Amino acid sequence: MLLRRNPQLNRHGELIHLLSIEGLPKAVLTQILDTAGTFLSVNEREVKKVPLLRGKSVFNLFFENSTRTRTTFEIAAKRLSADVINLDIARSSTAKGESLLDTIANLSAMHADMFVVRHSESGAPYLIAEHCAPHVHVVNAGDGRHAHPTQGLLDMYTIRHFKGDFTQLRVAIVGDIVHSRVARSDIHALTTLGVPEIRAVGPKTLVPGDLAQMGVRVCHDMAEGIRDADVIIMLRLQNERMSGAMLPSAGEFFKHFGLTPDKLALAQPDAIVMHPGPINRGVEIDSAVADGAHSVILPQVSFGIAVRMAVMSMIAGNEA
Amino acid sequence: MKLLIKDGRLVDPASGLDRVGDLFIAGGRIVALGDVSRDFAPERTLDASGLVVAPGLVDLAARLREPGHEHEGMLESELAAAAAGGVTGLVCLPDTDPPLDEPGLVEMLKFRARRLSRCRLFPLGALTRGLAGEALTEMAELSEAGCVGFSQADAAIVNTLTLQRALQYAATYGYAVWLRPQDPWLGGGVAASGAVATRLGLSGVPVAAETVALHTLFELVRVTGARVHLCRLSSAAGAELLRRAKTEGLPVTGDVSINSLHLTDVDIGFFDSAMRVTPPLRQQRDRDALQAALADGTLDALVSDHTPVSSDEKTLPFGEATPGATGLELLLGLALRWGEQRRLPLTQTLARITCDPVRVLGPAIGSLAASAGRLVEGGVADICVFDPAARWAVRADALVSQGKHTPFAFASSGFELPGRVHTTLVAGGVAFERTLA
Repeated sequence: MLLRRNPQLNRHGELIHLLSIEGLPKAVLTQILDTAGTFLSVNEREVKKVPLLRGKSVFNLFFENSTRTRTTFEIAAKRLSADVINLDIARSSTAKGESLLDTIANLSAMHADMFVVRHSESGAPYLIAEHCAPHVHVVNAGDGRHAHPTQGLLDMYTIRHFKGDFTQLRVAIVGDIVHSRVARSDIHALTTLGVPEIRAVGPKTLVPGDLAQMGVRVCHDMAEGIRDADVIIMLRLQNERMSGAMLPSAGEFFKHFGLTPDKLALAQPDAIVMHPGPINRGVEIDSAVADGAHSVILPQVSFGIAVRMAVMSMIAGNEA
Repeated sequence: MKLLIKDGRLVDPASGLDRVGDLFIAGGRIVALGDVSRDFAPERTLDASGLVVAPGLVDLAARLREPGHEHEGMLESELAAAAAGGVTGLVCLPDTDPPLDEPGLVEMLKFRARRLSRCRLFPLGALTRGLAGEALTEMAELSEAGCVGFSQADAAIVNTLTLQRALQYAATYGYAVWLRPQDPWLGGGVAASGAVATRLGLSGVPVAAETVALHTLFELVRVTGARVHLCRLSSAAGAELLRRAKTEGLPVTGDVSINSLHLTDVDIGFFDSAMRVTPPLRQQRDRDALQAALADGTLDALVSDHTPVSSDEKTLPFGEATPGATGLELLLGLALRWGEQRRLPLTQTLARITCDPVRVLGPAIGSLAASAGRLVEGGVADICVFDPAARWAVRADALVSQGKHTPFAFASSGFELPGRVHTTLVAGGVAFERTLA
């Protein structure tokens, strides 16, 4: 079979869509993080706008519900002076039977310049990127279990901000990794940026052994998983996983894999604790940790806007 | 029509015949093979020098989408595709709309196929009513209507007791039961479990989905003595279990699809929905084991698993796309490609798509069993004449089938297929003839 070019890069290796962190060169990741750094100061100014996307239309296409991610994308696009149109498709056209590509064709006819897409099916943004007009850029805002690249990038920004160098770190990702697009994007980014030890921590139903194929060390014991870790990324446990065949109860999960001050004491003294939000207090994380000195959960949110501004401005400047 | 095929390379896998000679056909039968007496007066002569004259291909798994798509003329186009692929007999699956669970439906299908006279149709009847896995169909009635065996297609019989009874009942009459081994619970994913599915975030189908089902089936075969054909094995472990069952002497046979024989999950690439097939594409070691098992005869037949899928059903996110790919026109080329890669003699390569599938069908096809899939004097003249030296690029718009989606389209595969069908004869009549452009 022929090898196909990574659809998110043009023939010069420049980013034209952001679909996944997998396959992105380290230089591109670093460029995004550096660009995000320059936007951070914009967000602290009184007039929080730059004209980079003036006159451009950004469509937020959320086939799956999300308030936080959509809002941060909206803020990022508006701070770049773009016109933002939010479409809550979960409740509109597809509910009337319109196909995904028909929806895209219709919106393209409205002269969209960028689609920010969230979809419950892994790979849906690839389909959109393949079928939209060449001048349209696609940003994956989370697809199925596959990828959530802007979350991965903001996590990297956060780690770099607090830790500096990636090449000496032990990073533990804890919780429902098998269903997590955030975990996959984090793992690809951490691997690309040279983190020597990535641990995937959780019970075997949520952290099956074949995750090792992604280049992580699989741990089924919390103490082993977070001992001496420099960075701990806690994942949100979805409600539907809390009782059933994946896990017997939220309580039993918290007892063994929830992050409490006691367990956090096993990590490095200066460890940081991250979470993509929204957090389940008392399920995956104890309030004392979420609100404690090690927590960088709120800075993550601020960095998220700068990272999304960086991504949108960069891809808008590159031609297919 | 009296037809003389002159100077062709006559290849009969069943007897091992492979030599240049003539073939004379009259009254729908092969009347002389090898050296034809000068007394024969043909109405038409076909110069086959440089071409292979082989038995017509027999495909053990193809979906024709009828009943259910009569208005689209699917039967006509798909049987024409079969003929274009050199296929002169095919087994069609019962997962139509409605399923083939009534004798009347089977009779109508056979009648319509006969009128088109492109390809012989061997329908599998539904094993349970509506393929629901609950009540048995009237197997004896369906058999009289022309069913060659009974199947659930891709639907499962979840209740093991019902499965045992279905096998017992079929065994009463000696009917073969054709089942694709897949545990319905473990088999719920959209891609094979493994590094690719993990990376892409696609729900996985573990090898255990196949092996658990195989263990159950072999145990029930031991109990019931039913004759079972295992459809489209996908894993190295599955092929090994079949090998052991055959060694033990169980009355079982098996096949593999052109997709599993040549592709792996890596070919999914960036969510290419052309690679969404059932069973899912597995890893390289599975593909290698399936290629070896087909060579050593553990797997009896290579099948196209032809499933026409419309573009609307394919241009969807990978997990939502309808599984399936077109295959009838690719069966010969992909068999030859496998044979070339493993350096097999042409007789052995062709056996898996001619006489071996006929052996799997057995007495269910009546008098045809004696000569279909073979070149024998006095036998039925179902013939495929092809150019073994020709290479062709698969292009969707050049396919006869209404199913245009295939993982083997040249644009994505990058390779050409060996072997181009020149003429297809069914019962001595021309079902397909390539017009040279």
